[in-house]
Amino acid sequence: MTHWLILPILLPAMLAAMLVLVARYHLMIQRVFSVAGTLAVFGLAVGLFWQASDGTVSVYLLGNWSAPFGIVLVADRLSTLMVLLTSTLAIPVLLYAIGSGWDARGQHFHPLFQFQLMGIIGAFLTGDAFNLFVFFEVLLIASYGLMIHAGGSKRLRAGTQYVLYNLLGSTLFLFALGTIYAETGTLNMADLAVRVASIDAADSAGIRVAAVLLLMVFAVKAAILPLHFWLPASYSEAPAPVAALFAIMTKVGAYCIIRMFTLVFPPDLEITQGLFDVWLMPAALLTVALGMLGVLGAKSVDRMVAFSVIGSMGMLLAGVAVFTETGITAALYYAVHSTFAAASLFLLVDVIRSRRGAAAVSFDVAPPIVGGALVAGMFFVAAIAMAGLPPLSGFIGKLLILDAARSSDLMWWVWATILVGSLVAVVGFARAGSVVFWKAHQPADKGAPDEAEEDAESQAASVLPMISIGALLALLIGLTVAAGPVTRVLSATSAQLFNPETYISVVLTTQGKQIKAGYDTHGDTEKDAPEASSGADATHGSSLTKKDN
Amino acid sequence: MELLVATAIGALTAAGIYMILRLRTFPVIIGTSLLSYAVNVFLFASGRLAINAPPVLRDGVEVYADPLPQALVLTAIVISFGMTAVVVMIALGSYLSADDDMVNAPETHPGSGDPADPAQRGGGAL
Repeated sequence: MTHWLILPILLPAMLAAMLVLVARYHLMIQRVFSVAGTLAVFGLAVGLFWQASDGTVSVYLLGNWSAPFGIVLVADRLSTLMVLLTSTLAIPVLLYAIGSGWDARGQHFHPLFQFQLMGIIGAFLTGDAFNLFVFFEVLLIASYGLMIHAGGSKRLRAGTQYVLYNLLGSTLFLFALGTIYAETGTLNMADLAVRVASIDAADSAGIRVAAVLLLMVFAVKAAILPLHFWLPASYSEAPAPVAALFAIMTKVGAYCIIRMFTLVFPPDLEITQGLFDVWLMPAALLTVALGMLGVLGAKSVDRMVAFSVIGSMGMLLAGVAVFTETGITAALYYAVHSTFAAASLFLLVDVIRSRRGAAAVSFDVAPPIVGGALVAGMFFVAAIAMAGLPPLSGFIGKLLILDAARSSDLMWWVWATILVGSLVAVVGFARAGSVVFWKAHQPADKGAPDEAEEDAESQAASVLPMISIGALLALLIGLTVAAGPVTRVLSATSAQLFNPETYISVVLTTQGKQIKAGYDTHGDTEKDAPEASSGADATHGSSLTKKDN
Repeated sequence: MELLVATAIGALTAAGIYMILRLRTFPVIIGTSLLSYAVNVFLFASGRLAINAPPVLRDGVEVYADPLPQALVLTAIVISFGMTAVVVMIALGSYLSADDDMVNAPETHPGSGDPADPAQRGGGAL
């Protein structure tokens, strides 16, 4: 059990390297190992989630260096929840990529997919701010490769914008980390929490700058209003399975905001007062407005879905910006919901694109698509979920957020924006659905080209893509049916977030290797370690767990 | 010393931001490189500037240079170097496939009214 915590990161990393080196030209082997690896990661994620589900916080010391000096991985309720969400999402997305043949349209889809999983899971598990930056870069560099998978000039253009935007985000992240280190002298999140809390309010200019910079960095990732420009083009141009996997990437930004601003800069911290009600909440509400208007104004289905992702991120962060336990619970529920909803919509857009022939995803009149009833039904379910109509999980998530917002000063703004925004989104989705599925008819003057139909039929024959989309929708329905138990788990999660003492004490008290003398002139510490730690604590990569209450 | 480092960071950042706001990919990539140099120096300075001080523990030494920012800078240099290589390749691919090295979205080109617009030149060449 000791080394469990690092396995969800190590496994995809090793697998990806192996796939590149050994199975480079064997697509079938790549597919088998990629699916097996993703299933294994899912198993590990379930294990970790179960282990953390009683309030245990587990720590893994990399290289067995104890906390403020070495890098730690921490598994508490929130991080294991996000890891579980990622690995659950990865399975249908990967199956779709295989079923639809996306992975055969370019080189190295599966290794990049595994590296992407590694980066995302690492970002969720790490307990060190600089390590978070490194995992961000891992997930970003894999996403650059995935984003331009299968090439094409429009995709490369969107890819260039995406990479440049994220390079700027990374630079900003480094500036934030530099400021934090200069102000506190540590980058371990638990240690940061202790040191930031003891900073004198009169001398807090630097750390406040750092807090705002960090919020901006994570806002870039989460695509909040002034920093959302990268999202619509990248998500609509990216290959469908990649866009579906990217549905979790915006959540990485949201996760980091929740983690950093409950642990390091908690809501009752005097020096960062006002960051949420004055800045984050209006930005989140404007994001909702912009996303929903984008849904209404988009000229093609893929961009419409991309804008709906922006809108859902705004909704999620409106829940976060309330910054109470109920707010975070609602935001987490909405995060789980919107990940699956966005992923299934992106996959459906790809199905529509491949079956509509020349009209693709535009709102032009086109012949009815092959197997239209099933696709239309799925689109209907996914759109209902995304727009937040009853009875699906989007509605419950929105209700939770609205309920949580009652404690906010901006309650009426939140209610008005979210409700009007949802109405606009419903209109947008209804328009897309009726143009694509309902008003479809055979143009009278031209016979449809036969090739397109044959193509479409061969597409319809493959069931795997539809099964994987069906699985995502089933997850949404499951999330709706099991809303009670899920919400209980999530409120336990946010309760743990608002009592970070356990997290901090577990991270800071876990003992790593003992270093005998502080230093000596020729011996290195690796040699000293075994004899010093031979007594009490001989386990390498020791792990200590501690329970709440 | 502090003034010199601060000026260098400021100048690099200002130049980087100016270059990033250009329309073509090449100046933008130069801009991101300049910004990453700026952030490297900034990270280096975050451990306070100390001259002639050892970063590792030694007998009889009172003043140390902080070794951690140096490790951070190394990581940041490696990452930004790799990222720059990636973005150069992607931008090159984009340029070669579209015959156009603008950073903005393609739809907005006709409005730019630039007679030297490579999209138009490229159209002629093809």
